[in-house]
Amino acid sequence: MQHRKFIFLLLSLFAGLASADEVQVAVAANFTAPMQVIAAVFEKDTGHKAQLAFGSSGKFYAQIKNGAPFQVLLSADGEIPAKLEREGAAVPGTRFTYAIGKLALWSATEGMVDDKGEILKKGSYAHLAIANPKLAPYGAAAIETLKNLGVLEAVQAKFVQGENIAQTYQFVDSGNAELGFVALSQITKDGKLIKGSAWIVPSKLHAPIRQDAVILTTGKDNPAAGALMNFLKSAKAKGIIRAYGYDF
Amino acid sequence: MVTISDPAFSAIWLTVRLATITTLLLFLIGTPIAWWLARTRSWLKGPVGALVALPLVLPPTVIGFYLLVVMGPHGPIGQLTQALGLGVLPFTFWGLVVGSVLYSMPFVVQPLQNAFDAIGERPLEVAATLRAGPWDRFFTVVLPLARPGFITAGVLGFAHTVGEFGVVLMIGGNIPDKTRVVSVQIYDHVEALEYAQAHWLAAGMLVFSFAVLLLLYLFNPNGRRK
Repeated sequence: MQHRKFIFLLLSLFAGLASADEVQVAVAANFTAPMQVIAAVFEKDTGHKAQLAFGSSGKFYAQIKNGAPFQVLLSADGEIPAKLEREGAAVPGTRFTYAIGKLALWSATEGMVDDKGEILKKGSYAHLAIANPKLAPYGAAAIETLKNLGVLEAVQAKFVQGENIAQTYQFVDSGNAELGFVALSQITKDGKLIKGSAWIVPSKLHAPIRQDAVILTTGKDNPAAGALMNFLKSAKAKGIIRAYGYDF
Repeated sequence: MVTISDPAFSAIWLTVRLATITTLLLFLIGTPIAWWLARTRSWLKGPVGALVALPLVLPPTVIGFYLLVVMGPHGPIGQLTQALGLGVLPFTFWGLVVGSVLYSMPFVVQPLQNAFDAIGERPLEVAATLRAGPWDRFFTVVLPLARPGFITAGVLGFAHTVGEFGVVLMIGGNIPDKTRVVSVQIYDHVEALEYAQAHWLAAGMLVFSFAVLLLLYLFNPNGRRK
């Protein structure tokens, strides 16, 4: 008997734990915290399980095009889901905006950032962290904001770039960059700033950061994928998403 | 047709500079460490050897993350560099040099240690009876005999630094001309879906790496015997 148990255990190492109602979800890094909460509630309410992978949307695009087993993509932008749909890698008609991101200028130091973002003009800092504007929508929005404030030229030499918004947060959190543009969702919990000081960038200063979700062709016949999309549109999920500082 | 653009050249030049400086520093630091490891009977040999080998096992992101924290303004090394008036190291070229030296250390120390081990006591004893002092023995006996080890160490140290990615990504901040090395540039291109530019640099890296290793195996007598 002991032997059999052992062999079963050994085999399960190779088999992995697959269940029918499981959906593999690729999630943009900025949406990590709210999605963990949503996935837990989703599982409790529907019995389906959402397996989450976090990363940058550009990397997910490359992985999906090369056969990654993701069934749903929650992108940080609108472009990549649309592109996947055009290229036949996503199910047409399933695309929708699950959240609109908010940008914040943040410092881990108490009282450093004023509530109008005037510090950007004063220039009393050595490094300004942004997400790589080529890769991350939050980075592009940061550039647009600086341009609209008329300070882009002046602060450009102080840029340090994170490859995604999570790394940008890390640069500021560790104090290596005194200031940085991060996602409001990273620095708030239940509508309150977790630490440091921040200026929520008014949405008129940059184009809206529309974050789209889409079902990928690999998830076409998975009921859990459709259920997750519906759940993201529910009032319950929207409440969670809003609590993390997103709009709709 | 995609041409190699200026940003690509600047990334390549930066990478070559980083790898060259790192390799030279590693010879300076790694040679005494390897010599000590090869000769000592101290109980510290095990712990020091393990410490040197750590980067072989640790994920680069772990090394990079700790460097970011330790060298940052609130970390112990960051406090020290600030007190010395050097500022903080992350986001600077010299920060990358420090990271690379740590990260490539085993690739230099281990071949050197093996080479020193292989020489044994005998040639040194003979030299000593001919009244050669310790420094004389090291430069006229050990260095020539350990030459293949130095070649291997230099090539591996250089190549490994060129191939470094995770550490640079964590502490570099992706600044053009300062911390944007080739591997980071490739990553950027892939992430931005600019696959043509990515292919150019990536293929160049592949050819370079193969050529370096091929040269090493062709011309290093030590390698050939094996």
